[in-house]
Amino acid sequence: MATHAEGEHFAGTNKLFISVWVWLLLMTGLEVFLGYIHIRFALMLTILIGLSIIKAALIVAYFMHLRFERLSLVLTLVPMLVICICLLLVFFPDSFRNRNQRYKFETDKPLMTTSGDEEE
Amino acid sequence: MSTEAARADQITTATDWGGGTHPYRIGHRKLGMWLFIVSDALTFSALLVGYSYVRATSDQWATPFPFYPSIVFSSVMTLCLLSSSLTMVMGVSASARADYKAVRKWIGLTILFGAAFIVLHLIEWKHLLDEGLRPFSLPEEWLRPDRWPQASPLFGATFFAITGLHMFHVLTGLIYLAVVAARAPKLKHEDVEISGLYWHFVDLVWMFVFPLIYLLSVDFTPPVH
Repeated sequence: MATHAEGEHFAGTNKLFISVWVWLLLMTGLEVFLGYIHIRFALMLTILIGLSIIKAALIVAYFMHLRFERLSLVLTLVPMLVICICLLLVFFPDSFRNRNQRYKFETDKPLMTTSGDEEE
Repeated sequence: MSTEAARADQITTATDWGGGTHPYRIGHRKLGMWLFIVSDALTFSALLVGYSYVRATSDQWATPFPFYPSIVFSSVMTLCLLSSSLTMVMGVSASARADYKAVRKWIGLTILFGAAFIVLHLIEWKHLLDEGLRPFSLPEEWLRPDRWPQASPLFGATFFAITGLHMFHVLTGLIYLAVVAARAPKLKHEDVEISGLYWHFVDLVWMFVFPLIYLLSVDFTPPVH
């Protein structure tokens, strides 16, 4: 490997970038394939999100050079982003609560009509 | 000159947590772009979480994307964006060698792939608009009893908001890259790198939009003619 001028840092070779690109394409192909097989929604969602996170990590690490930057920069940017995104997940229990309440209402309805109480 | 040398020394010898003028050993513009990217990542996360919230809370969600044109188009669009990221990397390494002719060639290719993405996406939008999809209502066809009669009308709102904001980012990126390519010889290498950061981020966002919006809404019902 050629020695770089002072102040410059190793930033990857074309071969490395092309292999990252090929991996990204392969994972995209796998995602499209997964879209067409019948598996449980939750499992499929998990696999798709998992693959997307791996792809995002590859892009950030190699294309965006973060792997070749100082650790202090990585630790400044990545943990706060991950924590903030995880904090957004607090909304999901509410979305399920919301739906389950509505289903409960709908199953209550026939009970009321069979008892002859149709004032509504 | 001596202060310049002292500054260079500080840049290269400062320890990770030693502070100084360049604690991260990157310029302030690059740090600024990274901070912008973090905030923009949160914007898209919030939109995707909002979409997931609406979808999870709905009785039914339309899954209307047929293999052709929707999935074929969006897969080719993914290929375009991934390839544009690769050509952008080539452009940045050409800029490191101060080979401005190559910088223009590679960034030109990047712009071409990005423009192809936008054109394909607009054609894809037009298919859906022609079918009758609107931000707050679904096409009559989708509400047929054998399709998604209970589906939430917010499908269009989430679809157009997320893909629209992403498309706006691609468009902004194209303008940004065109300016960088035109002014490449006058710019510092780091400035070209920074435009690359933005472009790769736009690609990264699509890596989440594509599976969550498209692949989780693939239409399995056989076509009715």
